[in-house]
Amino acid sequence: MNNFSLYKLSNQKQYLISITTVILTASVCYLFSDFIGYRNIALILLFVVSILATFMNVFPLLLSAILSALIWDYFFIPPKFRFHVESAEDVLMLVMYFVVAFVNAILTNRIRKAEKEANEKDEKEKIIKLYNTLLNSLSHELRTPIATIIGATDTLQENEEMLDTNSKKILVSEISTASLRLNQQVENLLNMSRLESGFLQLHKDWCDVNELIYKVVNEVHSTSVKRNFNIQIIESLPYFKLDFGIMEQILYNLLINAVAYTPDNSTIHIKVSRFDAGEISLMEPDNAKTKLVIVIRDEGNGFPQEEMNKVFDKFYRIHTHKTGGTGLGLSIVKGFVEAHGGTIRLKNSSVGGAEFTIAIPTETNYMNALKNE
Amino acid sequence: MSTSNNILIIDDEPQICKLLQIALESNHYKITIANTAQDGIIKAANHPPDLILLDLGLPDKNGQDVLVELREWYKSPVIILSVQKDEENIVRALDSGATDYLTKPFRTGELLARIRSALRNAVLEKNEPVIIFQNLQVDLINRIVKKNKEILKLTSTEFNLLSLLVNNEGKVLTHQYLLKEIWGPTYIHESQYLRVFIGQLRKKIEDDYNVPKHIITESGVGYRFIGN
Repeated sequence: MNNFSLYKLSNQKQYLISITTVILTASVCYLFSDFIGYRNIALILLFVVSILATFMNVFPLLLSAILSALIWDYFFIPPKFRFHVESAEDVLMLVMYFVVAFVNAILTNRIRKAEKEANEKDEKEKIIKLYNTLLNSLSHELRTPIATIIGATDTLQENEEMLDTNSKKILVSEISTASLRLNQQVENLLNMSRLESGFLQLHKDWCDVNELIYKVVNEVHSTSVKRNFNIQIIESLPYFKLDFGIMEQILYNLLINAVAYTPDNSTIHIKVSRFDAGEISLMEPDNAKTKLVIVIRDEGNGFPQEEMNKVFDKFYRIHTHKTGGTGLGLSIVKGFVEAHGGTIRLKNSSVGGAEFTIAIPTETNYMNALKNE
Repeated sequence: MSTSNNILIIDDEPQICKLLQIALESNHYKITIANTAQDGIIKAANHPPDLILLDLGLPDKNGQDVLVELREWYKSPVIILSVQKDEENIVRALDSGATDYLTKPFRTGELLARIRSALRNAVLEKNEPVIIFQNLQVDLINRIVKKNKEILKLTSTEFNLLSLLVNNEGKVLTHQYLLKEIWGPTYIHESQYLRVFIGQLRKKIEDDYNVPKHIITESGVGYRFIGN
């Protein structure tokens, strides 16, 4: 019996349990009442009430306390089958029984309440801690580019005649970089809040994964030319029903992340394939068992083993790394993948570097494999 | 410089207006600014500009409605500038007759390119039989496409799709629009057809199929043909 989880039961059930337990115990005691002695029976009943106290709410417990006291009085204290109590000793016993059962019930309940409050406090502290991380991270990630913009514009305005053309060019380019960075952060925050609010609606349509992959790679390539991309897409890949824009963001964030954590001139490997879980049955013609699988592997140092589980957490950043970012990128990726009903896994590749694997179950269409006209 | 084009900016953000004014005037456009929808419509009616830049978030009226109202009589290009970047809004604006759509923040170079392309298309006589883009030559009357002076074998659907794109050079054509024009109104949700034919066209006309320079994907919205 796993009694200790019973306190999660509904009140109705708790009342039922307390009544039956008390009556059952009393019946058993009644059978052996000649051998036990009625005062000992009080202790047995009290013991049962104490056990109940460990997992019941206060009202069913009080009921069991009152019920057991009445039963004890009626069936066991001489004269039997009457509520009348003769000896003064027994009156004292009965009163004490009542008090002990009551105190027992109330005290246990209070302990449980305190426990609950402590848990809530813990939870609250966790949220506050998360919030602080958010504020620290945000104020850093937003204020740094803002500071750059303000500083650069001030310099341009106030020292105009003292600056040579080259310095002016540098300042303007700093402003440009900072505002793009700011834009990226705002983008991440907006995406995060879209995910959190549950407002995210997927607009799924047939996607040419080849088109998708190359579009993102070309975009990343144009911002960070110092990486090579090795793209392998299996032939005869069908069209998949996906939200193109969201998939773009998933891949973009993963690639930008890979770029941030790897040295210049290293290669980022992208492998796209299809996974079929067994035969496609006629019962499920939409063949939702087919998954699109995208593996992105880099040639960096990989992730520290103990931090593997945390990388998808909000506001998490690898401790040893100085690269900026609100730590939202990967948690957005996870949210977007899960919005598609898919999964994302991270491991360190056997040949070194981090390896992300996305698997998204979706409808497929082999129209592209047909020869046209 | 030939006669400079008039551009009407309908946007309630003074900073954006100022920025656009400087950027556009330095490129020899004449600028008029309206800060409300009502003002914009009046100014457009009094002195019809060659192009309108319309913000969707106006104080007195939804920009989408302003667009519909303008399109009742205004035939020149309207480019939408908006902070809303969701595909639904973009498709809606394009379907209501917007020539193009740019989300804020945008790069000035990009805006100027879109303006040039929209103005060029507006004056371009569509009866020009042969259009040449770099190494690509499209003969709309004889239905012949040449790449590097070699004739490409295109199926008739491929050619129809290409000529539709070419005729709207620089403009985003939504998936639904392309499907409706090429395959018919019952096909507007059959996007897989479009994927197949865009893929085949790219294989034939692009130098690198995976790095398309002519047929550009507008994520979740449609395709855009870029000539040069």
